[in-house]
Amino acid sequence: MPFQPVKFYQTGTFTVGNRLLAEDERSVQSNMQRTNSLNSGHRACQGCGEALGARYAIDAAMQATNRQLIAANATGCLEVFSTPYPETSWQIPWIHSLFGNTASVATGIAAAMRVKGRSDVRVVAQGGDGGTTDIGFGCLSGMFERNDDVLYICYDNGAYMNTGVQRSSATPPAARTATTMAVGAEPGNVFGQGKDLPAIAMAHGIPYVATATVAELRDLEAKVRRSMGFRGARYLHIFVPCPLGWGHASQDTIRIARLAKETGVFPVFEAENGEVVSVSKIRRKVPVEDYLRPQKRFAHLFGNPPRADVIGRIQETADRNIRRFGLLDAQGAKP
Amino acid sequence: MFQIRIHGRGGQGVVTAAEMLSIAAFREGRHAQAFPSFGSERTGAPVVAFCRLDDKEIRLREPVLAPDALIIQDPTLLHQVDVFGGLQRDGYVLINTSRSFEQLGVGEFARGLRAERLCTVPATELALKHLGRPVPSAALLGGFAAVSGRISLDSVAAAIREKFEGKVAEGNVAAASAAYDYVKNEMREAQHAQAD
Amino acid sequence: MLKQIEGSQAVAEAVALCRPEVICAYPISPQTHIVEGLGERVKSGALAKCEFINVESEFAAMSVAIGASAAGARAYTATASQGLLYMAEAVFNASGLGLPIVMTVANRAIGAPINIWNDHSDAMSQRDCGWIQLFAENNQEALDLHIQAFRLGEELSLPVMVCMDGFILTHAYERVDIPTQEQVDAWLPPYEPRQVLDPAEPVSIGAMVGPEAFMEVRYLAHAKQMRALELIPAWAGEFREAFGRDSGGLLHTYRTDDAQMVVVALGSVLGTIKDTVDELRRDGMKIGVLGITCFRPWPIAAVRAALAHAKRVVVVEKSLAVGLGGIVSSNVRTSFTGSPDTVHTVIAGLGGRSITRAALARVFTAALADKLEPVTFLDLDRALVERALAREREQRRSGPIAENILRDLGVVAARPH
Repeated sequence: MPFQPVKFYQTGTFTVGNRLLAEDERSVQSNMQRTNSLNSGHRACQGCGEALGARYAIDAAMQATNRQLIAANATGCLEVFSTPYPETSWQIPWIHSLFGNTASVATGIAAAMRVKGRSDVRVVAQGGDGGTTDIGFGCLSGMFERNDDVLYICYDNGAYMNTGVQRSSATPPAARTATTMAVGAEPGNVFGQGKDLPAIAMAHGIPYVATATVAELRDLEAKVRRSMGFRGARYLHIFVPCPLGWGHASQDTIRIARLAKETGVFPVFEAENGEVVSVSKIRRKVPVEDYLRPQKRFAHLFGNPPRADVIGRIQETADRNIRRFGLLDAQGAKP
Repeated sequence: MFQIRIHGRGGQGVVTAAEMLSIAAFREGRHAQAFPSFGSERTGAPVVAFCRLDDKEIRLREPVLAPDALIIQDPTLLHQVDVFGGLQRDGYVLINTSRSFEQLGVGEFARGLRAERLCTVPATELALKHLGRPVPSAALLGGFAAVSGRISLDSVAAAIREKFEGKVAEGNVAAASAAYDYVKNEMREAQHAQAD
Repeated sequence: MLKQIEGSQAVAEAVALCRPEVICAYPISPQTHIVEGLGERVKSGALAKCEFINVESEFAAMSVAIGASAAGARAYTATASQGLLYMAEAVFNASGLGLPIVMTVANRAIGAPINIWNDHSDAMSQRDCGWIQLFAENNQEALDLHIQAFRLGEELSLPVMVCMDGFILTHAYERVDIPTQEQVDAWLPPYEPRQVLDPAEPVSIGAMVGPEAFMEVRYLAHAKQMRALELIPAWAGEFREAFGRDSGGLLHTYRTDDAQMVVVALGSVLGTIKDTVDELRRDGMKIGVLGITCFRPWPIAAVRAALAHAKRVVVVEKSLAVGLGGIVSSNVRTSFTGSPDTVHTVIAGLGGRSITRAALARVFTAALADKLEPVTFLDLDRALVERALAREREQRRSGPIAENILRDLGVVAARPH
């Protein structure tokens, strides 16, 4: 009988439960002993992708480090909604200093641990895209260059959300923000700008770089755990939709993230010492329109007449990503 | 208080000379202050360094405006920078050259000063001979010890050995000694010439 | 042990004796020799249990110090001028968070125009950032103040800035007495933080504080500095007993007991002022000197006491409150009980302009003769200034001011017309 590959995949979330798996293979969040490091009671918006990503990432980091973890946090949504005076959601030692210096603060903490002979204590730095790709860029590059023992996690929602959705260097082309309004000849953010932080991280040759989304939370946990197996500078770039800033329904956060991956808009991969070592393949390729349409920040592309030219350019970028990273195998290409 | 001003160009060890002078004085139990007047690092630019010697704490911080002694490490500065500004009538002048004051074009100026306190020494040549490098600063200190008598050659040697190591230190010490002897000889000859 | 070394090296030795755990610095003239000295000590192992981090900017330097200090390590950095400004956000952050970082500021002018020489504009630009600010008169005091600073900062949970004049002190060789490790260990116990990032006892540091509590938090910062006003003189006394000399304290007076006129200043210029005052005293002038060592907190009562019998005060300062006059003199006025007209501001030494005994003698004599303006710029070249102003009156496109003045001075080759 001819051998045929059979593909199973669930379309709903498979992050919690996993009763079919052995205990040690289950997600951290499904474990009753999880640390709940970002505890409930924080003030994040309904459906906030960053809150979801941070909760998974930090609990996974706590498990991977035997609960010996210190976090430095940039100014931004995560910092603001997690520490509304006089409360804090953090169950771990946590410091917020400034907007642009989180990587340096983390370097300092790591140095203190080293000098005190506490090499068991690991350090995580967290920031949004603004605090990472723009104002925090200098300090981030310095930390990378020195190969300081820090895991930097960037929660990328493509704009300065906490200050009212202004454009950052991570804002995708054509997206509407408060400073790239959907007016004029080229509505939304212009093409030909922006920074590819994962690529820049890789260019520094640091031990480990990975991207992830909040649609594949077990993958996210696994990458955090994996990163803690390295010493030196590590970078994790997590794609986190923002219902408020992107203008999508709050229950669609995970779905939008999955669409970003399945269209090729956001490549999910791992790299070590500057070279890609694994990619997360697209299960079933989807046209970028399916990703763009549910988000009001792209609504101006779907007017009368629709901006097929812009959508086409976005599709080209997605296709280029698929080619560059080899995100599709024969199976995934089939509709 | 005895004030020395050293003129030279970046790369000739002007600042180090002032520092070594202060170390030499320190070793003799005196108070000494040495500091530079210069800007960003740049070879070849005019550099001035100052040194003050005293038997009590030195509080003054202004540049040396009325030097008791001048050490000129680079004679090309003579007509470019006001090296003689403020020099006391009894002042000492030591110029790094194999030419005379007259030949350098400062003979006229020198006539107003005490002849036995004006000396020249080919410090760069001595440095090349004993050290292998054309850095005249340590040699000039030996010359200064000779002309002024304000510091001993032994202290200069000790200061050189504190600043430098191994062959470089010994080369500099040898150059300083040679310069010391040269200047002492020059002073003797000047005295005999006067006596005649 | 007595040594004849460069001021920067003396400071490096003193800092090393204080057992710093994390040193992070970015090079800027004229502080470079300090961090180079410390870097070498760490690399060779002479300074053990210390991490030396080469950071990519001054902003990173202060930020690394913040992280290290918050995690319980004794942290140190050094900067000057533009570097201090570049890290300004983090400087405020450090004092706001109450982290006892010690920083050397090798006082240097702030541009534009760019200038690497000494004045106090850098430290003065941060005078209200919440750090304790101490000014050294000479290299002995510079090294001693660092030893005091670590203990002071850690006791109060406040960062401390030790200011020493760039080039004039940092690059000057003079005799200093370096304490022994035993002496410093007896003076400075290991750092016991009031707050620390520790997995065993997690805390959140750096939360947002709104209108309901911000006034109180800021009041507490002020109250801490008020406490420093008591600790500093008390510990200067302890320092005298432990190390055998008078370094630090709030201020030093010199011949002020019967002085009709007192000259007030900070830093190394005090040495030149004292020599000038000695000369004028020989001519019969009743003149004394008040050296401010602790600028923040401002020792309002101690200054008032020191100036109580003076009929006239001349503040010689290496700083300028543009549009107002003197910075130090404004602070002095808060302490002076006499008429404000008798506090003269003499702006001197900006950008490294030499302050000479001759020039000082002229202004002190003029002051005593009631002939000194309220605000004077020492040794100002009026002709140069007039030429620049005339140029601007004559043409709109008058050109960059600095370049024009340098050309007038003959420093830059004249432009052919």
